[in-house]
Amino acid sequence: MSDTNAKSVSYVRDTMLDEQTPPLAEVGVIKWVRENLFSGPLNTVLTIISLYVVYWIVSHIGPWLVNGIWDAGSLTECRAIRNATLGEGASAACFAVITERWPQLIFGFYPRDAYWRPVLALVVFLLGIAPILFDSLPRKMLVGTVATPFVMYMLLWGGSIWGPIVIGLGFIVGVFAFRFLAAINALLGTIGAILGPILFWLLLAGPLISVLNGATTIGLPFISSKEFGGFTLSVVIGISAIILSLPLGILLALGRQSDLPIIKYSAVVFIEVIRGVPLIVWLFTASLLLNYFLPPGTNFDLMLRVIIMVTLFSAAYIAEVVRGGLAALPKGQYEAADALGLDYWKSMRLIILPQALKISIPGIVNTFIGLFKDTTLVVFIGLLDPIGLAGAIRASTEWNGVYWELFLFIGIMFFIFCYSMGRYSQYLEKKLQREHR
Amino acid sequence: MSTLTDPPTESFRLSQLIYDTRYRSITIQVVAFILILAGMAWLVNNTISNLQALGKDFNFGFLKNAAGYDINQMLIEYNNQMSHGRAAMVGILNTLLVAFLGCLTATVLGVFAGVLRLSKNWVVNKLMAVYVEAFRNVPLLLWIILIFAIMTESMPRPNDFRGEDATSSMILGDSVAVTNRGIWIPRVGFTNSISGQEAVAPTEGAVPLASGLFDWVVIFGVLGLSILAIRFIRRRADRIQEATGVRPVTWYQQIVLLFVPVGIALFALGATIVQPYLRGFNFTEGIHLRNSLIALWFALSLYTGAFIAENVRAGILAISKGQSEAAFALGLQPNRTMSLIILPQAMRVIIPPLISQYLNLTKNSSLAIAVGYMDVRATLGGITINQTGRELEGMLLLGGFYLVLSLLISGAMNLYNRSTQLQER
Repeated sequence: MSDTNAKSVSYVRDTMLDEQTPPLAEVGVIKWVRENLFSGPLNTVLTIISLYVVYWIVSHIGPWLVNGIWDAGSLTECRAIRNATLGEGASAACFAVITERWPQLIFGFYPRDAYWRPVLALVVFLLGIAPILFDSLPRKMLVGTVATPFVMYMLLWGGSIWGPIVIGLGFIVGVFAFRFLAAINALLGTIGAILGPILFWLLLAGPLISVLNGATTIGLPFISSKEFGGFTLSVVIGISAIILSLPLGILLALGRQSDLPIIKYSAVVFIEVIRGVPLIVWLFTASLLLNYFLPPGTNFDLMLRVIIMVTLFSAAYIAEVVRGGLAALPKGQYEAADALGLDYWKSMRLIILPQALKISIPGIVNTFIGLFKDTTLVVFIGLLDPIGLAGAIRASTEWNGVYWELFLFIGIMFFIFCYSMGRYSQYLEKKLQREHR
Repeated sequence: MSTLTDPPTESFRLSQLIYDTRYRSITIQVVAFILILAGMAWLVNNTISNLQALGKDFNFGFLKNAAGYDINQMLIEYNNQMSHGRAAMVGILNTLLVAFLGCLTATVLGVFAGVLRLSKNWVVNKLMAVYVEAFRNVPLLLWIILIFAIMTESMPRPNDFRGEDATSSMILGDSVAVTNRGIWIPRVGFTNSISGQEAVAPTEGAVPLASGLFDWVVIFGVLGLSILAIRFIRRRADRIQEATGVRPVTWYQQIVLLFVPVGIALFALGATIVQPYLRGFNFTEGIHLRNSLIALWFALSLYTGAFIAENVRAGILAISKGQSEAAFALGLQPNRTMSLIILPQAMRVIIPPLISQYLNLTKNSSLAIAVGYMDVRATLGGITINQTGRELEGMLLLGGFYLVLSLLISGAMNLYNRSTQLQER
């Protein structure tokens, strides 16, 4: 039919037209610009305003960044170089302060010939945590993870090698006590696992350390906490508090969800009191009041006090995040675990916590990011974190009056740490997502 | 045929305290209770013996003693002859002031940034992403110090505003002066002030003006009554609409009610705008916003705004598209869809994290220490402690204040949550 028509009717085309290029306004950059930037009056106004903002920022900061002077001995020298090359009053950053003082900003007053130690400690930490973060790595690496805290302590503070080793032995004692006693009775095993190491540390550890020290002294030179500063301080406080606060936070969350009223209300009171008061007040408590609460004559490291306070503080926040995860699980999960006849700890370990922690990962990582940023507050109780060191650098005659370059450097360093943590949490969230794929 | 026998009567054995789950919970709780009590007793005992060793006692009498220090920003009357308690009150009000201002601007910023981050406009979208990420990933303390440094280092000196060839000038029609000593903004003064406050002349030879608490109570009271009346009119309109199906036109009544009574009150009190001007080495009159307040306020707002932006974005994304499609299918117009369908649902997602951001902002205001803003930490928890040597009492009061504030805010949030929660089984 159509054949005959095609032949007989002259206005019916019998060949396909060639493909035409689309109109100019519908392809490539023009289309994208029209659709994304100028799709309506409101959108156009927004685009123009934002472009102006971007222009304003770039025109003010751009030259300052580009003209930056990287090689000078002091701010006056910087200014002299600027006046010579760019002319009087030109906008130019003096990044020379960073090139000259970056070791101080990163390591504080740590001895210069021992800079390799914090760096190596960070590498050890990253290697230790890698098998936890990425489960494609071989599981055997977890053995190394267990040893990481002790290795890091040895590297950062140094001193005799035997102290950390003997303390570590205490945990092994606990594990063996549990193995042997649990075979007889589960309860006895738990008690043994708690009492064994404590007895070991109280009674055996001291003499054992002195005997070993008497035999041979191997170890790195001791470096006291007072020498810590800059990003080393922030990272050490941050990492210790992160590692310690996660288990404590989970225990607190379980306590808060517990059926036992006394446990529940003590957890509630602890969490609410800690969360209700700003970290600064807790840090002042650590530096001013802790001596009141401890037996007369006790005095210990300010840095250790800060780590304890920051740990307790973030544990309360993590407890709330984990509680959110526990509450978000459908009731059926709890009931199913009970129906299987699992006891409390087994149902938590095998059924509830894996799911609840998965839900709470973004919140936990956000808490960690907050914790890491909050380590800057230690400057107010006399520890020299990067912000404190920036003040110290500015107080020197060479660099009096340098503000923005130091702030920029510190800001970028923090941004790198926190942003990568945030990206990791997004990656994990995506990986653990089971539904709606 | 078997007969039912009673189950053997169980006698309580001591081992049941450990092995029987019914009794074990009691054992655990008793043990925990004893441990907690012992721990607290240990702490209290240590504290008592430490206090004795230092020769101190534990009482709050110091709050009644003369403070002896000045505070540079006060919302209530204060001088250094007044008590430590009064100084603490001034500090508390300063904390609340910066927290209130911060919450206000952070919400506005956060809602704007959150909505714009969802925009299809690439430039706007990316700009907002940069804002949010930059502020979320850099410590608040750094932002506070940075803004403070910008204010003190980069702004013109008051002297630069002087003379014929002034290098700086006041902005917004000669009403706002931005200097390195802070920002001066105009204030409202009343020629017929009823507050009984001493009137001052804004410039030499001008009519004296005062502004006190009572004037503002009158104005805001009138405004509140107007709003009540407007709500009454709206309710009436709702009733008529439900009865007849036609909504009476009320917008002009609402506008008149909103503006006319307040206008009359302002006129009767003789409200005049008093602009700051240069006198001596500094600006005078108007309201002086100190650098410490500006830095703290702006940094808190920008920082918390970035977090609120993320909450707002999550809230809007949480409402499934089906909701707006269903609303369109019902024939609702876009603005009705937004106000009746989307917003009420999004609010349920947005408000709880929003309130916890307010809580965070309030607690973060204690970073005032970085710029010397005289908040409660600086007065009660700072100078008062240093002068009286009462760390324990001072810190307890300080912690107690923040704790009560947080509990009040989170209590309000729990009430809200309960009223909007979806009921599960």
